[in-house]
Amino acid sequence: MYIYLPIAEVSVNAFLLLGLGGMVGVLSGMFGVGGGFLMTPLLFFIGIPPAVAVATEANQIVASSFSGVLAHFRRKTVDLRMGTVLLIGGLIGAALGVVVFNYLKSLGQVDLLVKLCYVVFLGVIGSLMFVESLRALRKAKMGGAAPAKRRQRGWIHALPFKMRFRTSGLYISVIPPVLVGLFVGILSAIMGVGGGFIMVPAMIYLLGMPTKVVVGTSLFQIIFVTAFTTMLHATTNYTVDVVLAVLLLVGGVIGAQIGTVIGARMPAEQLRVLLAALVLAVCGKLALDLLLEPAELYSLGTGGGH
Amino acid sequence: MLRSLIAAFCLFCLPVSAAEEQVVLGLSQDRVAITATFDGSEILIFGAIKRETPIPSGPPVEVIVAVAGPSEPVTVRRKDRKLGIWVNTDSVLVDLAPSFYAVATSGPLNEILSDTDDLRYRVSIERAIRSVGAAMHIRGAQDFADAVVRIREEEKLYSIREDTVAVDEQTLFRTSIDMPADLTEGDYVARIFLTRGGEVVSHYETTIDVRKVGLERFLYNMSRQQPVWYGLMSLVIAIAAGWGASTAFRLLREK
Repeated sequence: MYIYLPIAEVSVNAFLLLGLGGMVGVLSGMFGVGGGFLMTPLLFFIGIPPAVAVATEANQIVASSFSGVLAHFRRKTVDLRMGTVLLIGGLIGAALGVVVFNYLKSLGQVDLLVKLCYVVFLGVIGSLMFVESLRALRKAKMGGAAPAKRRQRGWIHALPFKMRFRTSGLYISVIPPVLVGLFVGILSAIMGVGGGFIMVPAMIYLLGMPTKVVVGTSLFQIIFVTAFTTMLHATTNYTVDVVLAVLLLVGGVIGAQIGTVIGARMPAEQLRVLLAALVLAVCGKLALDLLLEPAELYSLGTGGGH
Repeated sequence: MLRSLIAAFCLFCLPVSAAEEQVVLGLSQDRVAITATFDGSEILIFGAIKRETPIPSGPPVEVIVAVAGPSEPVTVRRKDRKLGIWVNTDSVLVDLAPSFYAVATSGPLNEILSDTDDLRYRVSIERAIRSVGAAMHIRGAQDFADAVVRIREEEKLYSIREDTVAVDEQTLFRTSIDMPADLTEGDYVARIFLTRGGEVVSHYETTIDVRKVGLERFLYNMSRQQPVWYGLMSLVIAIAAGWGASTAFRLLREK
């Protein structure tokens, strides 16, 4: 059944979209990741214009994170104060990101920017995950995992503007969280991702937050930043396709439920190797598109463009 | 402006004989509605040639049907290898290119239409695109105009199908034009030319209204006219859908 997407102005098979949403949903349920960083490139592959894919994905992330953050609120595992500080950085970052996005769009380079960002981030994250999970696998085989060492955080304690974050049990400067938020906000606007895959490690290793509040707090920040990104794209680029978002979402929610069940039955280390391999595969496909001579050297854009 | 005045003047100067054969046209539909499940459309174009006088002797009458979507400027970009990756470098603005263009003819186009008349009426695909402003400093500006044709032919937006207009007894003709799913909306112009010996003896023009309707129309208009409300609505709908679906699942599992 083909469905005409009113904003993307392309006709796509509705079951393909539901299936994609479901597949990424299964993965996000299995691995506990948002899935935006996989969904956006997959949307490129099926022919959705990158500008629409990025903006619509931001919209979808708001929705898919919403029920997650509610659950964390119930369990009181959201550090609101830290979330707000991260959010301030995130909003500034999202605004910067959209400005850069629109500027490059006027130059006709936005596709390149989005794809390059994806190649770099998927490549780095995928390789790190791959190496880390292989090491974990080997350790699991040898038996007896060594306790993880906490990194020295001396320089972070030397920064000014300190603030007490009671839920996280931290007394640190607001500069690092604002910067983390800012960076994630830029990524959200340019790549159409929530940024949890960057923010969660940063919160644990850089800010030293306790693991149990990390996910809830990052979801809290992600919801508002991606909502803001959605609004910015909707008002400046008119590229948010609500029909596309809803289709992906329905598939995604169903997939996530299935994924959670599968994830609970499979060993964690092997899951992570799988996820890393998948991330690297998507990265490789995007990189090849940039490196190999394209079959069609010309592309069409609408309007003046100047 | 001047150009169109000249064109209009030329039309007035056409020999009187142009009116001897006239087109009476029928369309299977004069509007195409882009609905949520729109996946292309086929328009039947049929008609008759009305004459007050007997069929003229000489070469037989040939029919050319050209359907054009709304024209708009198109930026054509060319990729080049920079630092090992392929990036857009040069770009050329093609002043006007129809978003859709289909030509159906009753014979080989270059035989039934002379070059002069093709130039005058802009019938063939190459002539339908206008790129006077193409920057001359860019090597091979013509390549960019060709790229528009090539890419849109690939997307089935441009097509030329020769020998697809059936003409009976030099009087009745019919053809069908396929419109793909990825249509832009607007007024589509259908032009029918009658030619004899390569010269246009009569032509007729009508419009086909291609519009998004219903939900598609509503969402599209809202996203352009009230982007803030559209954005908020998208967020609310998406949150409601996501939260609703996951709550439904939780209830199911608790049972």
